[in-house]
Amino acid sequence: MRRSAHARWAVGAVVTALAATACGSAGWSGGGNGGAVLTSSWGDPQNPLEPANTNEVQGGKVLDMIFRGLKKYDPRTGRARDWLARSIETRDSRNFTIRIRRGWTFSNGEKVTARSFVDAWNYGASLRNNQKNAYFFGYIDGYDRVHPDSGGQRADTLSGLRVVDDHTFTVRLNQKFSGFPDTLGYAAFAPLPRLFFTDHAAWVRKPVGNGPYAIASYTKGAQMYLRKWDGYPGPDKARNDGVTLLVYTDSNTAYTDLLAGNLDLADDIPAAQLKNVKGDLGDRYINTPAGIIQTLAFPFYDRAWNRPGMEKVRTGLSMAINRRQITDTIFRKTRTPATDWTSPVLGAAGGYKAGLCGRACDYDPARAKQLIKEGGGIPGGRLRITYNADSGSHKEWIDAVCNSVNNALGDDKACVGNPVGTFADFRNQLGRHKMTGPFRAGWQMDYPLIQNFLQPLYYTGASSNDGRWSDEDFDRLVDRANAETDTARAVALFQKAEEVVRDHMAAIPLWYQNGNAGYSDRLSHVALNPFSVPVYNEIKVG
Amino acid sequence: MGRYVARRLLQMVPVFVGATLLIFLMVNVMGDPVAGLCGEQGCDPATAAQLRRELGLDKPLWQQYLTYMGNVFTGDFGTAFNGQPVTELMATAFPVTVRLTVVAVLLEIAVGITLGVVTGLRRGRPVDTGVLLATLVVISVPTFVTGLLLQLLLGIRWQWIKPSVRSGTFDELIVPGLVLASVSLAYVTRLTRTSIAENKRSDYVRTAVAKGLPRRRIITRHLLRNSLIPVVTFIGTDIGALMGGAIVTERIFNIHGVGYQLYQGILRQNTQTVVGFVTVLVLVFLVANLLVDLLYAVLDPRIRYA
Repeated sequence: MRRSAHARWAVGAVVTALAATACGSAGWSGGGNGGAVLTSSWGDPQNPLEPANTNEVQGGKVLDMIFRGLKKYDPRTGRARDWLARSIETRDSRNFTIRIRRGWTFSNGEKVTARSFVDAWNYGASLRNNQKNAYFFGYIDGYDRVHPDSGGQRADTLSGLRVVDDHTFTVRLNQKFSGFPDTLGYAAFAPLPRLFFTDHAAWVRKPVGNGPYAIASYTKGAQMYLRKWDGYPGPDKARNDGVTLLVYTDSNTAYTDLLAGNLDLADDIPAAQLKNVKGDLGDRYINTPAGIIQTLAFPFYDRAWNRPGMEKVRTGLSMAINRRQITDTIFRKTRTPATDWTSPVLGAAGGYKAGLCGRACDYDPARAKQLIKEGGGIPGGRLRITYNADSGSHKEWIDAVCNSVNNALGDDKACVGNPVGTFADFRNQLGRHKMTGPFRAGWQMDYPLIQNFLQPLYYTGASSNDGRWSDEDFDRLVDRANAETDTARAVALFQKAEEVVRDHMAAIPLWYQNGNAGYSDRLSHVALNPFSVPVYNEIKVG
Repeated sequence: MGRYVARRLLQMVPVFVGATLLIFLMVNVMGDPVAGLCGEQGCDPATAAQLRRELGLDKPLWQQYLTYMGNVFTGDFGTAFNGQPVTELMATAFPVTVRLTVVAVLLEIAVGITLGVVTGLRRGRPVDTGVLLATLVVISVPTFVTGLLLQLLLGIRWQWIKPSVRSGTFDELIVPGLVLASVSLAYVTRLTRTSIAENKRSDYVRTAVAKGLPRRRIITRHLLRNSLIPVVTFIGTDIGALMGGAIVTERIFNIHGVGYQLYQGILRQNTQTVVGFVTVLVLVFLVANLLVDLLYAVLDPRIRYA
């Protein structure tokens, strides 16, 4: 019976395949939901969770829970406050002596010492470790040897860092930078335990830090359970028993889960749901300013955009955009029209100055048309705004901006969007200086300082100066501001520099972005910090 | 039979090499992986150059491909950008997607063929018209609409199911499986119906009826078996399509399967993930097709492989 032999063989293969898939389904229910543990939506972090290697908000969420640095940014005001630092002293804004508090430990019991910081910073700066935030250490003396722009690495450690004793170390910068202490709340400056260096693979599998939470279990790409660390020595102890972060494939699904009572906290409400969110959640929806500004940047490496007189065209374009209408209708007030190049989260003392842009950011179609005409018109006769179409609602607002420009100029074809398929390809084209017109530029602050909104974006050759704008006056003012020891005077100088950006309209400010989140009725005391990350340790459950 | 299988397996080699080469080229056209790796704020040029060197991206493309294929044959699919080996991603993603596919295929077989037989035997009756209309509706509505609708109704309004999948066990995957299968299910119904209706009038069925065989036996042993060949072909090729095409369903129901990994890999320009997963999908497709061809022999005694 030849045929039935075939049959048995084929059926057997199918059965084996079925059996193979059936096993392996058990496991990873993981984070125990007993006690006051809340669930929160999460996205898969793009990089391993090393502090100096995490430059996006999903990984930042975890670091914010498991690490505490020398400074901590107040979740409400954004002001940098001494945390592990007992004092940070300097006389010349260049040499700093940092004393750290006693009694702090990592959650594995190891003491936090000066060396925990110095070793971590040396690791972060070293070229061979491929850390994406390495340039944060660029102000420290010896960075050019540890992380040269080209050629091999010539030193292993930063010569500007020196351990004095267990609780003291000194930092020498390669230039004056009065704001330096206030940058130290950024995650990249977190201390690291010895385990990080001795058994790096184990540490990455389950990171150990010194924050109010300790990681109890971590299934990559799926979920992380952070348990409250009872031995946490700091004043900001967790007020819940733990947090389970769940990776969602889509923010819409997280929102659906929140509505179904399946999730406690969703911190990225999808744009499509914004019109329902008030009805769905009532006062369990929060919408607060975050340190994010969206702008349109220009390709200054393109002669057509860089010739004298073009600032009139750029200013005209800025005046042709009806910001208020777009933030109200498309973003449903989750953005606020921008009137300067920083963010309201800085506060007036920190350098935010509403209205600094002046008339150049007011919607005035008649004047816009006139200015663009005076400036010689749009290069090539047509504006193509490049953006990545794979995330956010970029297409919607770019189309709206173009619509606004077209209406102002009375020309249906004056402006079109130029979508690029993926963010990576968009970055790629930016990096190769391929733009022929304005492009979407968003900036999320690393630390709440006016310096962070200006220098990385507009300083000659700066890391995120994608349009290659360059202006001597601006550079000089930034240098002077960085050297200024008095904070108020430094801020005033930065604002002067910002005025240079305005006069040249180096980038068109569009709107300040808010962070938003929704939560279940089990929770109370939910807030977002200026980095649009939920302040987990303050959340109460039940 | 053995020789036939061996020949078919050998034929897979060039298909496999060609397919992977095409994917490799396509992924590389998408742009620079390092740009994706560095994210919104970008890396400094020194780090970017170093990464490019370590990932071998500074080498010519053909050399990259050869190195990659060499590694693949030793079971090394490279490392994803978050530091996980791609094989580890596969080990978590494929079981979930395979379970989802199994649910979908079982639904296709159980519901699709049953409906097909019922309507095929009762051609022109109200049942037939009703089911035909229903399949037309299912085919014309896009999957994401069906998915979101079912999620909203069953998950939020009536609270029968949890709207999202957590661990990916079979019971959680029934509704997503139904959504994934819906369109194919409609096709299976229509295919079976046509096939049954046609064979019902054939000589061997008339002979069987004349012999006085019980109706049930005629339908299952004679009619259905001969009518299933086109259906099996469809389901077989559909397995590959279901596994790779579950991107939409997986996103809606939060299933961390192959579709999700592919989607994320493409967004983040993660060449290693994309090429690795697609390579495995190509293999699945090839094997599924081979199994279909072997099943022909089971269903139709006239087909022999030597």
